[in-house]
Amino acid sequence: MTQHVSPPRGGTGNTAAVDGPPARRGLMGRADLRTLSLLGVLAVLVLIGGITRPDEFLDTRNLQLVLTQASVIGVVTVGMTFVIVSGGIDLSVGAIVALASVWATTVATQEYGFGGILFTAVVVGVGCGLVNGVLIAYGAMVPFIATLAMFASARGLALQITDGKTQIVTVEGVLDLGERDAYVLGIPPLVLVFAVVTLAGWLLLNRTTFGRRTVAVGGNAEAARLAGIDVRRQRLYLYLLSGLCCGIAAFLLIVLSGSGQNTNGNLYELDAIAAAIIGGTLLSGGRGTIVGSVLGVLIFTTITNIFALNNLQSDVQQIAKGAIIVAAVLVQRRTASTT
Amino acid sequence: MAPEPPLLSMSGITKSFPGVRALDGVDLEVQAGEVHCLLGQNGAGKSTLIKVLAGAHQPDTGRLRWRGEDVTLRSPVAAMRLGIATIYQELDLVEHLSVAENVHLGHEPTTAGFVVRGKAARASTAALLKRLGHPEIDPARPVGDLPAAQQQIVSMARALSHDVRLIVMDEPSAALDPEEVDNLFRIVADLTADGVAVVYISHRLEEIRRIGDRVTVLKDGRAVAGGLPAKTTPTSEVVALMTGRNVEYVFPRRPAAAPGGDPVLQVRGLAREGEFAPLDLEVRPGEILGLAGLVGSGRSEILETIYGARRPTAGRVLVGGRPLRPGSVRAAVRAGLGLAPEERKAQALLMLESVTRNVTVSSLSRFARGGWIDRGAERGAARAATRELSLRPDNPAVPVRTLSGGNQQKAVLARWLLRGCRVLLLDEPTRGVDVGARAELYAVIRRLADEGLAVLLVSSEVPEVLGLADRVLVLREGRVVHEAPAPELDEHRVLDLVMEGTPAS
Repeated sequence: MTQHVSPPRGGTGNTAAVDGPPARRGLMGRADLRTLSLLGVLAVLVLIGGITRPDEFLDTRNLQLVLTQASVIGVVTVGMTFVIVSGGIDLSVGAIVALASVWATTVATQEYGFGGILFTAVVVGVGCGLVNGVLIAYGAMVPFIATLAMFASARGLALQITDGKTQIVTVEGVLDLGERDAYVLGIPPLVLVFAVVTLAGWLLLNRTTFGRRTVAVGGNAEAARLAGIDVRRQRLYLYLLSGLCCGIAAFLLIVLSGSGQNTNGNLYELDAIAAAIIGGTLLSGGRGTIVGSVLGVLIFTTITNIFALNNLQSDVQQIAKGAIIVAAVLVQRRTASTT
Repeated sequence: MAPEPPLLSMSGITKSFPGVRALDGVDLEVQAGEVHCLLGQNGAGKSTLIKVLAGAHQPDTGRLRWRGEDVTLRSPVAAMRLGIATIYQELDLVEHLSVAENVHLGHEPTTAGFVVRGKAARASTAALLKRLGHPEIDPARPVGDLPAAQQQIVSMARALSHDVRLIVMDEPSAALDPEEVDNLFRIVADLTADGVAVVYISHRLEEIRRIGDRVTVLKDGRAVAGGLPAKTTPTSEVVALMTGRNVEYVFPRRPAAAPGGDPVLQVRGLAREGEFAPLDLEVRPGEILGLAGLVGSGRSEILETIYGARRPTAGRVLVGGRPLRPGSVRAAVRAGLGLAPEERKAQALLMLESVTRNVTVSSLSRFARGGWIDRGAERGAARAATRELSLRPDNPAVPVRTLSGGNQQKAVLARWLLRGCRVLLLDEPTRGVDVGARAELYAVIRRLADEGLAVLLVSSEVPEVLGLADRVLVLREGRVVHEAPAPELDEHRVLDLVMEGTPAS
């Protein structure tokens, strides 16, 4: 329990004195503290990378590569953050990415060219999100179960479509997006998409009624319902949003790899959840930040990059990731309890 | 005084949490076989004190003596070993386990150290339940299936399954009907006859008069009076000690003229099978209609059904003459209904959010264009609404969880004030609100009515309904047994009606 001292009530017309409330500054301070600590971790990682592999790590090409790799999982994580803030979970994101990427790269789809691929990836993602959302919002299914079922079926369908084969993309325009010629001021287009999705996600969560309702549903669904919010419709929209993000991510992955595979997006669900959690999003819902999630993604991607440059195997990476998740949650709990 | 040392003696106990000194040198002395009542407003330190006593909190300084010997309670287990059991307000039972499994949780009778002897556990549980006057509770039933009152009995059985010398009861009567309260008091009397001491916490002075031996009053983390005789200390003195001023229930004055105009809320034959019988009522603008009845008489269910949170099996609700779509909260809110539910934290508040966001959550579209929130307008509206109700602290940016119960309730009221609602449904509006803050809340409710709101009030505290409402419906087992203007009823009469159902004489 904390006691708050109300600000001194100034003279009659003096409302300006109350406009910068001390408690709000305190709250912002806590959020800033979390962002700062994540930035600190990122800075330490960059330092480690710069010291262990001074020539390779800080090379412009390598940094472009890190950001490009972060883009695909980053877009997924933005959608996942919304779902978790609302008190839900989406275990199907990796499978949806896989299904969308193979559906968008079949021979038939590729005949429609660039637009056909982009359109298909997005529609498949949104379609899967729609199924998730309807099952959860109107079928009263637990998000864990509904999205687990989607996880299994979408992966199965992806395998069926490809028959396990890699579908090479031959459409020129798509592949060009991944080329250096397409970079804008040295920034790969994929990273630009990631940046736009991040900005849109931040605005949606912090500045719109949609974001406010998402937080309310996650913080206390019963209170939200009794306050007159359409909780079910909100839940439906949230899984649609997550599906949309998966569709966009699938398109980015197609550009990045020049192909569609049924093994795409493997373990994305865990990476996205982990990034959101270390970014400060409560798994129980009601609180979360887009900035934190994106920093979480960047931290994980940077670790992977540093380990690869130092020729360390992926098993060591996995162990390090696990340790970071535990450390981040412990640190956050400490900062939360002292404020 | 008694030659042998008191069972429990706490002296100079202090306990600080970041930013607040919860206990500031508390002394408490409990004799074996007495009922020692702890009184104090919310935030006076009662909860912290009993957590220290239960071993859940470690005091910063102070001395704790048990039968004359210094002890340290390092953990709840240590307290339990001494014979101190605590029954918390929020019951700490495992819903999916059976009654017997809950009672013996952590000390199951076993064979060879680990095989649980289920039959023995059930038999000893049955014996305990019988001793508590509830032989009808089946030890094999899952606790989650039991009503709240019986869950409390199970909690008590768990306390008694240990060799207990001192039982701490934190507002045990809060969720109980008068009949069940009688049973509770009988149990307490049995326990003290066996030499067990009871530390009893309650807001209800009349209960303390009935069963208490001595009273310790806490205020701002200090014991302002210790060991007062419970039966003879005048109420005014106790209230003065608790609040530092002489107030009891203070109700605002009713307007001189009876409210006129067409009823804004009309309920026609509304019913839910198994919960309440077809009900008719009308509330006019400016009028406060009270529903009086016991727990389980269907009061909360009626409010929630009017509000659309439950779907009626028959009947209609009309607001301003227009029927509402049944079973739709959104339709009710759009038509101008607002609910302040009984479980404020669970059903109304977004505990992680600021006061502002709690107040504006039902009117977001008013500050938004195309879904885009104008945060300046939002803050301004929240500030205006909370000022209107003199919510403290006068800063809607603070987290709602830091507010006192009374101010949290004001935040809920501000939500509906801002929404511009026409009918306010209040379910136990002063639950968890301390005595001093109640009068202010009553005044706010009356003022809202004077400004033209229709108010439907439900409360288990009869004086509250009689003091605040203009007109009262008395409910018994889901039926209206009496209707009268509030000034024509008294507490005794209402209690007769709800318990006996005798018609007006």
